[in-house]
Amino acid sequence: MATAAGTLPAVQEESTLWTWLTTVDHKKIGAMYGVSGFAFFLIGGLEALLIRTQLAVPNGTVIDADRFNQLFTMHALTMIFLAIMPLGASFFNYFLPLMIGARDVAFPRLNALSFWVFLAGALLLSSSFIFGGAPDGGWFAYAPLSAEEFLPGSGLDFYVVGLLILGTSSLMASLNFAVTVINMRAPGMSMMRLPVFIWMMLVVNFLLILSLPVITVALIQLLFDRNFTTNFFTPSEGGDPILWQHLFWVFAHPEVYVLILPSMGIVSEVLPVFARKPLFGYSAIVFAGVAIAVLGFAVWSHHMFTTGLDTVPQVVFSASTMAIAVPTGIKIFNWLGTLYGGSIHFNTAMYFAVAFIALFTIGGLSGVMHASPPVDSQQQDTYFIVAHIHYVLFGGAIAGIFAGIYYWFPKMTGRFLDETLGKLNFWLLFIGMNITFFPMHFLGLSGMPRRIYTYDSDLGWDTWNMVATVGSYILGIGIIVFLINFFWTMRKEPTASNNPWGAATLEWATTSPPPEHDFDVIPEVRDRDPLWYDRDHGIEQPEPQPGVHIHLPPPSYFPLLMGLGVLLLGVGVLSHLALTALGAVIIVYSVWGWALEPTD
Amino acid sequence: MAASEAAHGEHHASAGVDNRLLLMWIFLASECLFFGSLISTYLIFKGESLVRPLPEDVFDIPLTSLSTFVLLFSSFTMVLAVYGAQHARPRMMKLALLATIIAGLIFLGFQVYEFKTFGEEGLNLSTNQFGASFFVLTGFHGTHVGVGLLYLGSMLIGSMRRNGLGRDTATHVEIAGLYWHFVDIVWIVIFTVVYLIP
Repeated sequence: MATAAGTLPAVQEESTLWTWLTTVDHKKIGAMYGVSGFAFFLIGGLEALLIRTQLAVPNGTVIDADRFNQLFTMHALTMIFLAIMPLGASFFNYFLPLMIGARDVAFPRLNALSFWVFLAGALLLSSSFIFGGAPDGGWFAYAPLSAEEFLPGSGLDFYVVGLLILGTSSLMASLNFAVTVINMRAPGMSMMRLPVFIWMMLVVNFLLILSLPVITVALIQLLFDRNFTTNFFTPSEGGDPILWQHLFWVFAHPEVYVLILPSMGIVSEVLPVFARKPLFGYSAIVFAGVAIAVLGFAVWSHHMFTTGLDTVPQVVFSASTMAIAVPTGIKIFNWLGTLYGGSIHFNTAMYFAVAFIALFTIGGLSGVMHASPPVDSQQQDTYFIVAHIHYVLFGGAIAGIFAGIYYWFPKMTGRFLDETLGKLNFWLLFIGMNITFFPMHFLGLSGMPRRIYTYDSDLGWDTWNMVATVGSYILGIGIIVFLINFFWTMRKEPTASNNPWGAATLEWATTSPPPEHDFDVIPEVRDRDPLWYDRDHGIEQPEPQPGVHIHLPPPSYFPLLMGLGVLLLGVGVLSHLALTALGAVIIVYSVWGWALEPTD
Repeated sequence: MAASEAAHGEHHASAGVDNRLLLMWIFLASECLFFGSLISTYLIFKGESLVRPLPEDVFDIPLTSLSTFVLLFSSFTMVLAVYGAQHARPRMMKLALLATIIAGLIFLGFQVYEFKTFGEEGLNLSTNQFGASFFVLTGFHGTHVGVGLLYLGSMLIGSMRRNGLGRDTATHVEIAGLYWHFVDIVWIVIFTVVYLIP
């Protein structure tokens, strides 16, 4: 905090439990999102390893069918809602104000509330393993299988309540971030000067704002079907199971872009820095991201080609799905154009970013394949689809997140992750991921269905299943190497300067790690690559005026209290209504306390 | 008014709209999709009910027209409340808020009566697809009215404090007004689509 001497009241940054519980600082909230997201990433990974262990050899006996159903359902839910989304939210929390030159997000307390509600939903969903069994109807929970009649346990109720709570958290965070991007930009930071990562996250936020209400309605209808005698999805009573599929995929297809666009943004930040030239085709990349989002709302029925759609909708949804390849291709060629002719510096962040392009392209190509209805009816529900989603989500989203971790770690902690361990980490993940998921293409094409807990040995699936399992263990080792690297690095002295990579965006204009108030003086932006522009034109950032008071929002315990209220509300729906009432009272009390709490 | 803090300092609103107002606008966009999905569900199940009662068996259009008028009237009083807040006429604002709350309560009373009557005529959540989609759609609209009443009630009580609603009174009331008008507009759509179109 030396740089801020004289400009701030002598607040010594303390790190007690209470400061973390009541913090409204976007950096601390980002760190909490990151740590909890990574913890759930490990849990989801363990679930995957159990699944792969069961499937390693024919007629596996490691876990039974019931547990297997819970594991593949929770693996998907954990990775999507509790790992990749919060990890994206972690980077966005931490870097949104820093990259647009603000001191915090628009609504700091709402930001804290989003995190606590996320944690409440995540713990509630995961606790289902202890209380009577986890959800076991797939993450899509197709009707009528999800009806009380067929899945009588409480697992599906945990699913409904957990996702409703997580959706509330995402909606609050998205509203907050969207307002921040639109309204809190530093002077000169026009929309077309925003870093691509911010643009992609803005797109993500609008995807969530417009798709979450649809899944909310579907979940409410499922809740009513299971608990309050309606028959929305019961065919024998006039209900329509296909309605669930439509509502679910109207949300869940945009959701896959929610998972991948943050990583596309991260890669668009990393590549120019280590190729040492500005991003090729900035506006094309931005508009391609927006186009992906718009088209993303018009393709959901490609998940439903085998439900008996008419020919015309099949053709329309097939065409719109293939059309998404165009903006995606634009991005890929722009990234390649950024690399072309650059003086490339290969470190771990760059390894992951380049691997992202290659692996995501493979996943994208198999995606175009099953955009064709006849092809899709062969591939539907086979391991080919499993291969596809893991190439885009592991090879894509997770690779991008690792690129972000290695790239931004010095900014967040002041320390550099070890490069030797980092490269080992990279190669283990890269090789492990290809050994795990590439054979699944072959398994799928030779007819192995998804979600079976065991298979006979005379089907020709033995070899590739064993190979995939070996690959998954390599992935596990790769993650352990990362954890070693993380804890070892955190013991080192912080040595990072403000801008160790020579990057162009505003987060590198302040100290590493940044002070609580982010910037001593709000920077002025003159170009799309502000730090490079200032360097090339010899512009110095203005010195802080002595004695200027920087106002920071004071800590508050109301977000935590309201998060507790939301948790009780959810627990009450699953157990006793009295708890729901208590939760509602706490929420109303917190809203009042919140509104009356002074923030000046 | 719940999330009423902006990180102060040198910041301005880049888009020229107050953060809180912008938040409510974007939130209402999300709400459009929420009610859009519920209304779509109702329309998809239109004519799919296997047993009676059907809409024509239970609807009392003149009665619902009256409750619709009451709710529309509350939009008018809400406009007056916003006008009072923006022109530093706190007495007018408080009276108009009170009138809005009373109109909202009357509307909810009509809805309770309607639900009760429909129940007595044999229409429940489990009766048929009409019952399920109708009660969930209008029930969630009624919930929104209820939340709006809590919201406006909180504003009214808050405005009776010594400092009233503080220096941002106009913004606070304007945001509450946005929400209230939205809930009214949704009802106009529901009334047209569900009740009036045969």
